[in-house]
Amino acid sequence: MNELVYLVPLFPLLGFLINGLCRKQLSKSLTGIIGSGSILVSFVISTILFWQVKSNGALPVDPLFTFIDAGSFKIDFAFQVDQLSCLFLLIITGVGFLIHVYSTSYMHDEEAPHFARYFSYLNLFVFSMLLLVLGANFVIMFIGWEGVGLCSYLLIGFWFKNDNYNYAAKKAFVMNRIGDLGFLLAIFWIIEKFHSADYAIVFANPQGTLSPADITGITLLLFVGATGKSAQIPLYTWLPDAMAGPTPVSALIHAATMVTAGIYMIARSNILYTLAPSVQAVVAVIGLATAVFAATIALKQNDIKKVLAYSTVSQLGYMFLGLGVGAYTGAVFHVMTHAFFKACLFLGAGSVIHAMGGEQDMRNMGGLKKYMPVTQITFLLSCFAIAGVPPFSGFFSKDAILSAAMQSNMLYYVIGVLGALLTAFYMFRLYGMTFLGSFRGTHDQEHHLHESPKAITIPLVVLAALATVGGLLGIPEVFVKDSNWLEKFLAPVFAGSTALTQAKPAEGNSSMELVYMFVVAAIIVAVIAFAWSKYKKYEKTTEPETGLGKVLANKWYVDEIYDAIVVRPLNALAGFLKNVVEKSGIDGFVNGVGRFVQYSSRQLRLLQSGLAGNYILYMVLSIVVLFVIFWNQTQIVQFLENIF
Amino acid sequence: MPIQYYLTLSAILFCIGVAGALTRRNAIIIFMCIELMLNAVNLMLVAFSKMSPAVEVAGTNGGTDAQLFVFFIMVVAAAEVSVGLAIIVMMYRNVHSIDVNFLNRLKN
Amino acid sequence: MIPILLIAIPLVTGFAAFFINTDKGAKIWSLLASIITLAIAVAALCEANTSSQLSVNAEWLPALGAKLSLSMDGMAKMLCLLTAVSLPLVFGATYKNTYNKPGNFYGLMLLMQAGLLGVFLATDALLFYFFWELALIPAYFLCSTWGGEKRIQVTFKFFIYTFVGSLLLLIGILYIYFKTPDSSFSIQSFYNTKLTDGQQFFVFWLFFLAFAIKMPIFPFHTWQPDTYEQAPTAVTMMLSGVMVKMGIYGVIRWILPVFPAAVVKFDQLIIVLSVIGMLYASLIAIRQDDVKRLIAYSSIAHIGLMCAAIFSSQQVGMEGVMIQMFNHGINVIGLWIVADAIEQQLGTRKFSELGGLAQRAPGLAILLVVMILANIALPLTNAFTGEFLMFNGLFNYSIWMAFIAGISIILAAVYSLNMVQKIFYGRTMPATEYANDANGNIQFVLALLAVAILVLGVYPQPVINLTHDSVQAVLAK
Repeated sequence: MNELVYLVPLFPLLGFLINGLCRKQLSKSLTGIIGSGSILVSFVISTILFWQVKSNGALPVDPLFTFIDAGSFKIDFAFQVDQLSCLFLLIITGVGFLIHVYSTSYMHDEEAPHFARYFSYLNLFVFSMLLLVLGANFVIMFIGWEGVGLCSYLLIGFWFKNDNYNYAAKKAFVMNRIGDLGFLLAIFWIIEKFHSADYAIVFANPQGTLSPADITGITLLLFVGATGKSAQIPLYTWLPDAMAGPTPVSALIHAATMVTAGIYMIARSNILYTLAPSVQAVVAVIGLATAVFAATIALKQNDIKKVLAYSTVSQLGYMFLGLGVGAYTGAVFHVMTHAFFKACLFLGAGSVIHAMGGEQDMRNMGGLKKYMPVTQITFLLSCFAIAGVPPFSGFFSKDAILSAAMQSNMLYYVIGVLGALLTAFYMFRLYGMTFLGSFRGTHDQEHHLHESPKAITIPLVVLAALATVGGLLGIPEVFVKDSNWLEKFLAPVFAGSTALTQAKPAEGNSSMELVYMFVVAAIIVAVIAFAWSKYKKYEKTTEPETGLGKVLANKWYVDEIYDAIVVRPLNALAGFLKNVVEKSGIDGFVNGVGRFVQYSSRQLRLLQSGLAGNYILYMVLSIVVLFVIFWNQTQIVQFLENIF
Repeated sequence: MPIQYYLTLSAILFCIGVAGALTRRNAIIIFMCIELMLNAVNLMLVAFSKMSPAVEVAGTNGGTDAQLFVFFIMVVAAAEVSVGLAIIVMMYRNVHSIDVNFLNRLKN
Repeated sequence: MIPILLIAIPLVTGFAAFFINTDKGAKIWSLLASIITLAIAVAALCEANTSSQLSVNAEWLPALGAKLSLSMDGMAKMLCLLTAVSLPLVFGATYKNTYNKPGNFYGLMLLMQAGLLGVFLATDALLFYFFWELALIPAYFLCSTWGGEKRIQVTFKFFIYTFVGSLLLLIGILYIYFKTPDSSFSIQSFYNTKLTDGQQFFVFWLFFLAFAIKMPIFPFHTWQPDTYEQAPTAVTMMLSGVMVKMGIYGVIRWILPVFPAAVVKFDQLIIVLSVIGMLYASLIAIRQDDVKRLIAYSSIAHIGLMCAAIFSSQQVGMEGVMIQMFNHGINVIGLWIVADAIEQQLGTRKFSELGGLAQRAPGLAILLVVMILANIALPLTNAFTGEFLMFNGLFNYSIWMAFIAGISIILAAVYSLNMVQKIFYGRTMPATEYANDANGNIQFVLALLAVAILVLGVYPQPVINLTHDSVQAVLAK
């Protein structure tokens, strides 16, 4: 039954090929069926695999073929299905399928070839993402890693006539590449030490092969890779710009799946991170900083997708915080619940944008509740989930991370809670500005407002349901003993790390934890109530932001700072090299040699005056010179001495 | 007489010849200067021949080699004069001058 | 027998082509000739390395100790295949281009191919030098006769540059020749000649300069962008796809085994130069406004990596160089074909005058994107395996070198995507408004290349296996 594994990515690949190659022949409905159907088949197979793994544990690794055999090491094209990867399989194919279905309606205005192009990219993305999580070694993961980056590039720039979108796409790709370089160097490091990149070999006994310095280096480099892909400080700025892509793309790639690749990678290499506490601290601090930093920016954004984008960056920060404090299960749990509620939020936003005729500015929305009831209710449920209101899914997953943070360092916990409050505020600001109050758009837009078709609302309903109840998979131990199904399910993956940390007795007072949990939940509810009442009656103002608000609205000027310290100097350097060093320096030297030869030959030519007298003069002078030169030479001296 | 006297005279004659050949523009005078240089060499060769210690050594033709060279040079000089004067005559016919500076066609 | 055929067929058909006057005749003649050569190169792949079919050893100049000895090991097979594959592709893609005196053009192209094949096959130093020049001289005439506006000046530079290198090479060959115990030019005598360290340090540079100019390595590269820009694109394809491999091949075949002490002494210097060259060329490529010059600088960056990987003297890196030589060849030919298609149709190569071509020429756009992805070594394109292995070798040599060189993969993404964006995305410009998709020949050739890129990207092992023996042999020395 192990061959089933290879079928999972095969179907999206087939879908990509069919849609890509026959894009001019296929009708839109056929394209949609092929595109979504291939993902559905993958989902079904993934479910079968999931049950197998659930009952029998991880499936054995069975290489398909040898990818690279360079003598000193060998990279197999092999897939590994264990608890972690099959959980991701379900998220990718499940959420992916819903988003494909959604897209058939959302992208319906495109011409047929572009519609097919869209679906082929989307299928290629799912294929790459599946490679990423299924690979049984770091190289296969890297293949998927770069593949999803490519699809992200293609889909952000899907509407390629718009130059701004193209710049956003390029920015995403290049910033990802910066991270990829770190990842690549980490892979080389691993290969140098282990002569293999297989998880089975690397994670079996890393202390035996690696020195502490090696572990620190490898984990740091891997983390650099993760910051690129998962949009953490300092490489996060591409993600908000990536909202240039179609909204379902933002939901699938830039919220639910691709950006969580970094979390998957670190969770996969958890044993290495557990062995490098200093790097874990770096991960936790960067994650926490990103979580709060992005949340502050989200407070002042007016573009509905930008708010969600910064919210994604912020939530990813929480996941890294979880990884940094050793709550690997919590981080993966948050990946899963985040996939549900954030996909739902993005799709809901897409539904709104669709109804508004492409309008994304929340200041021109308002009061959509009565026009779009399904979108509104699903959106509201997801907002509760992301804000962490019990018993929605986000509450449990965020709590799993925060309680681990509390055990690690109280400061992490306090700042993390602060970020959670900001999250609750900006999400309900978003909700209030969009759905409450009265409509602020043009009359024309108001006339067009409608609830979206079934293909859009059904995925919304499914995702909202998952966002609501998904948290039940990981009910904390403090409520009911042995109720955390996810933790037990994932235990084999994190067994190595657990064994290492077991030495430290887990301190913590369960009753105190409960108190903290509910105090925080109560504050969150209060914040929500505040935001609700504040933005229920939002009125459009033309007053520009001032003070801190202006800084936040301008995203702390990070883009401008990067532009000033990286992009411009590099451009100037490139220009200097091109125009000065290359032209005047190296080529100038080369041409200078040529010119020197020409010049000196022109000058030397003047010696050939054509006058016999001159030639004789040169001759005589040369003889005299020769005489002077050789005067001291013993032979001549002796000769002369002999005769005189 | 010590050989130095002959050699000094020969060197002076040679230098006069060189100076003349370099400074004068009249082809015939240059010609005469060249002859002067050749004869300076001849003088030196004869002097060496006469003064060579090899003259005293029995059983050798000591010293006569140089005199042979002198004859060669005189023959060559005679041949040179005949060819050279012919060239000068042709030159005079063509450019109505025997100034060597007219013959700078090699330039450019 | 096979090596003789490989050289003789392009040589004879090349001379014969000079007597063909019609455009069509010359094209068909040369296309057929190049396909026959390709068939023989493929046949060579099927022979075992020890097969007597693959080596020739005949007297040539017995008085000098020079022999007509040719042989094929894995590396030679691979490079001969590349040379043989590229010419039909070039002819196919430029089938619609017309040239003055077509017979001469195609004849010279075939002669150049004969020279290139000879370089890769020769196992005698004098013969190697002979073919080295034979490859160079047709290139010179091709560029100076059919090139762009500044062709005379640029070709002169190209010629002087490479000729200086050739002469240094000749001096080096003669120097070692006089040191060989048996006064022979054969490669085995060269390998067996014991040179003192001092001699090695001196002769090493004679050889290396020749190869460095050919590759080219920073700072000997300035002939290249000019020449690539001015040469007719068909010639540029051969120059950058195949001829630069002569330099890399020379380093692997002649420098590494003959001057081991010098390699150990100078490896750091050369790796630093190569890495500087990679970053330098990548940065310049970012600011280029000309399609051809951008590809030229991109090529310099890629070659720099190969040179660095060779001198890191790691088996992994060497395997990577082998596979990358082949892959870089086909990728860069693909890029030139696209550049030529754009220039032939629109009459411009300036990014500032291009844009929005994806709307007018979607087929070309998709194929270019595949080429560009290979250019930035995306996994599952062929270049990934090579670059992965080369960076791995460099990493084993020095982490910092790998890191600094690695910056070029970021820069590569910047300039490559710039190129896609400026040519194909955005709004149409006056020049591109009424453009059509590329003609069938071009699309067919590009599609072949794209398939090769993907197949070799997914399954690179055959090429690694093919060249494995050469790597072992070189590193054993």
